[in-house]
Amino acid sequence: MTDVSAPQVKKRTGFQALEVDTRLLGMIGAFLVICFCFNILTEGRFLTPRNIFNLTIQTVSVAIMATGMVFVIVTRHIDLAVGALLATCSAFMAMLQTRYLPDMFGLGLGHPLTPWVTIAAGLLVGSVIGAFQGWLVGFLAIPAFIVTLGGLLVWRNVAWYQTSGQTIGPLDPTFMKFGGINGTLGETWSWIFGILAVAWALWALWSARKAKIAHDFPVKPAWAEATIAGIIAVGILGFIGILNAYQIPERRLERMFEARGETMPEGFTAAYGLPVSVLLLIAVAVAMTLVAQRTRLGRYIFATGGNPDAAELSGINTRMLTVKIFALMGFLCALSAVVASARLTNHSNDIGTLDELRVIAAAVIGGTALAGGIGTIYGAILGALIMQSLQSGMAMVGVDAPLQNIVVGTVLVAAVLIDTIYRKKTGGR
Amino acid sequence: MAPLCEMRDISISFGGVRAVDGVSIHVNPGEVVGLLGHNGAGKSTLIKILSGAYKADSGEIYVEGEKASIATPRDARRYNIETIYQTLALADNLDAASNLFLGRELTNWMGFVDDDKMEAETRRIMARLNPNFRKLKEPVSALSGGQRQSVAIARAVYFNAKILIMDEPTAALGVHETQMVAELIQELKKQGLGIFLISHDTREMLELCDRVSVMKNGQLIGTERVEDVTEDDILSMIIMGKKPDKAA
Repeated sequence: MTDVSAPQVKKRTGFQALEVDTRLLGMIGAFLVICFCFNILTEGRFLTPRNIFNLTIQTVSVAIMATGMVFVIVTRHIDLAVGALLATCSAFMAMLQTRYLPDMFGLGLGHPLTPWVTIAAGLLVGSVIGAFQGWLVGFLAIPAFIVTLGGLLVWRNVAWYQTSGQTIGPLDPTFMKFGGINGTLGETWSWIFGILAVAWALWALWSARKAKIAHDFPVKPAWAEATIAGIIAVGILGFIGILNAYQIPERRLERMFEARGETMPEGFTAAYGLPVSVLLLIAVAVAMTLVAQRTRLGRYIFATGGNPDAAELSGINTRMLTVKIFALMGFLCALSAVVASARLTNHSNDIGTLDELRVIAAAVIGGTALAGGIGTIYGAILGALIMQSLQSGMAMVGVDAPLQNIVVGTVLVAAVLIDTIYRKKTGGR
Repeated sequence: MAPLCEMRDISISFGGVRAVDGVSIHVNPGEVVGLLGHNGAGKSTLIKILSGAYKADSGEIYVEGEKASIATPRDARRYNIETIYQTLALADNLDAASNLFLGRELTNWMGFVDDDKMEAETRRIMARLNPNFRKLKEPVSALSGGQRQSVAIARAVYFNAKILIMDEPTAALGVHETQMVAELIQELKKQGLGIFLISHDTREMLELCDRVSVMKNGQLIGTERVEDVTEDDILSMIIMGKKPDKAA
């Protein structure tokens, strides 16, 4: 096919015409290399539907927080308190659903409202604490490093204080559906979701192209657009297919039928499909990307990161912006607290320990610049996935725990080094 | 007729230092008023009070005869006061369109920023201001000094400014680009804008301005029509802080 709609500018041919972000490509490449290496080292156990399923649900909690950390770092701040804040929210929600709501408010155990009230209250608490930290940073001008370093100690121990250090569980059954293996869509709904996602992606590509043509902007050649559409469709449906290939073990199915007072038919099989927590991460990723690219809030975040003085002189209320960013970060910490405690089926005192480092590392590996102004949501999620793959892969291969951390630390520094060199070569972007 | 914009008896102090001390200036429609003085004379501080970056300790601002209260850059914009800062005040990581519309983004019916529309508008105004401008998709850090200046000027001109503040608009520019800025000032004058111009270049100021005000140590030494004074008169005002002897 020929280029029909871009008469201006020089024509891009072959691979260039795809106009894909080389940084994104590099990260996907690194991720695939890690996957295939571990697959060889584990004799094919790494890339099984079961392990991929586990990998995704283990990534969700850190990935959700990493999307918020992008905004924090883009505006030249840092949040060291995310793991501790997660623990405080998790402790609060665990106490709320097992003690306060059933006893103090008299809802009793297993009331259908319990999980929803818990989650709403947890998200509110996370946002308020985040907003408070943001107020200290934005309005009282205390450096974010100090505010959140203090927060790290404070919130970690507020969590401890709330539960007296006890493990709180079991949590509400509906609440636990957000954790991963306890809540999945099943085969049919997973496919339906996959098909809807592909349809939406194609529509988005098509309408973006239409808008460009309407303004007489150059567009990619049609074959390039079709190739990208194809890659997206195969990627989404392939991912759903893999998750659907992970069958629920027979024993577990039998128990599920027993619980309903039925007997399992002979030869019955069912797959887990898409976990609810992954669905949640996808929703967060879409929403945060929209905020970053298509809203004024997002524009102001990046402008402030690029040049705080210019943002201020353009009439942007940078103090309030800081409060909003930290409130959003707190909201996402609470959301991660739901996922993390639901996955473990209880709240334990050490939940979220060292998560601040994982989250910051994920954002930074994903291309967020600590100097501010640069970062992407998808990058941070890929960064979280890369970190988790390394960690689980090494655990599967049987690398000693200290060596695992040494490797992860080294990878973080190396990733930033490669990024710095890449930015210099491509001219500061 | 009341002046387009008047700053009356403005004072501001920073930690005991009177940066601006009881200064009054005004500009009429279609007039260019130059502000001259040494570094630290208080020119930029005075002008930043008008653009909302600083708040005056005392004094009043009148726009078209009405008393104006300007506490933030957003307030200034509401009175159609636009500023081109010496530092340009651009977010280097964003492209030209995002900078041009920073703080005033165009949005579609869903409330999302409409990048395509903003880019189309940017193309339109750039075609007028700087026809060689091509790098619309690049972050402005990738642009030359002149191109960055065009973005800053486009931002001030696009939104129908009535009062334009230009702080050293030609400091970073080459000969050709300086000429372009001079032509632009003439064109804006014809459209009836009032312009405050800050520069160190006395000769340039005498060419571009209708009146010049000289400041020294935060105080206004005097305001003169350019046809009434010579370059030497102005220089002596800047250096000695004395008005030229008119009678002689």
